[in-house]
Amino acid sequence: MIEIGLGHYLTLGAVIFSIGIIGIFLNRKNIIVILMSIELILLAVNINLVSFSMYLGDLTGQVFTLFILTVAAAEAAIGLAIIVVYYRNSGTIRVEEIDKLKG
Amino acid sequence: MIAHAIFFYIFSIIAVVSAVMVTVSKNTVHSVFFLILDFISISCLFIMIGAEFLGMIMLIVYVGAVAVLFLFVVMMLNVAQQKNQWFISKENSNHIPIGLLISVIIFFELIIVIGGWKYKPDLFNQDNLSIVNDVSNTHSLGMVLYTDYIHIFQISGMILLIAMIGAIVLTFRQREGVKKQSYLKQISRERAEGVEVVEVASNRGVKIDD
Repeated sequence: MIEIGLGHYLTLGAVIFSIGIIGIFLNRKNIIVILMSIELILLAVNINLVSFSMYLGDLTGQVFTLFILTVAAAEAAIGLAIIVVYYRNSGTIRVEEIDKLKG
Repeated sequence: MIAHAIFFYIFSIIAVVSAVMVTVSKNTVHSVFFLILDFISISCLFIMIGAEFLGMIMLIVYVGAVAVLFLFVVMMLNVAQQKNQWFISKENSNHIPIGLLISVIIFFELIIVIGGWKYKPDLFNQDNLSIVNDVSNTHSLGMVLYTDYIHIFQISGMILLIAMIGAIVLTFRQREGVKKQSYLKQISRERAEGVEVVEVASNRGVKIDD
């Protein structure tokens, strides 16, 4: 309990990952919160990579965390641009009302 | 060691609580604020575990860029009008129990994997690890990032460029009725279309631009 090891960090990553999944599934508000949940999931992956990297003494995990950070920033920019365009065209970003694809 | 434990628990509790608040808070602006809090506490954890460079980069990229981008979009889109009920949907759909079930299953799978890692430590041989302690974290990251991973690094730069171009192209629109300067029109004017010689009758004057 006092000795903080790899398991603690991995558990923290698992908890945040699951919260992100729950946020995607249970979201009834707008689609921006779904994007934020995706950011949470990427953050959990980053926690896992960094803690493994530090505990195994291998820098590859941190390098890949850097790339995940890049991809997350690009994804947020593109996703928010799509949301802005969608809102401009249809006037809503509520998850229930985005049903043009009839999925 | 006990200070390490205390700080770990403080930061991780803050991180988990703010992650929950991101998903459940009614106001989207509050969600963005909790997202910022989450990123900050996780980057504190990164700095604490020894990955200083990534902690700082997390602060710069996530808090400084991504979260502010989210805030701008939330403010622009007027989502405060569309605040509404959580867990209440227009028609009856069964996605909520299924979503909860799937999330719980994923969580327990991850816990099982971590438990296997923790209680079976001979899964991985840790003797032949070479941890270099005489250079800083940023230094060692830079040494591998620009040599071994230079191609991936450049590809990530291309990804950022493409994302920037894509965001601009997506949100660009031609507005009507906005006066703009057109250099091509300006420098391609001829004297014949710019100047007109008129005969002025006496006591009448001229009317221009009719």
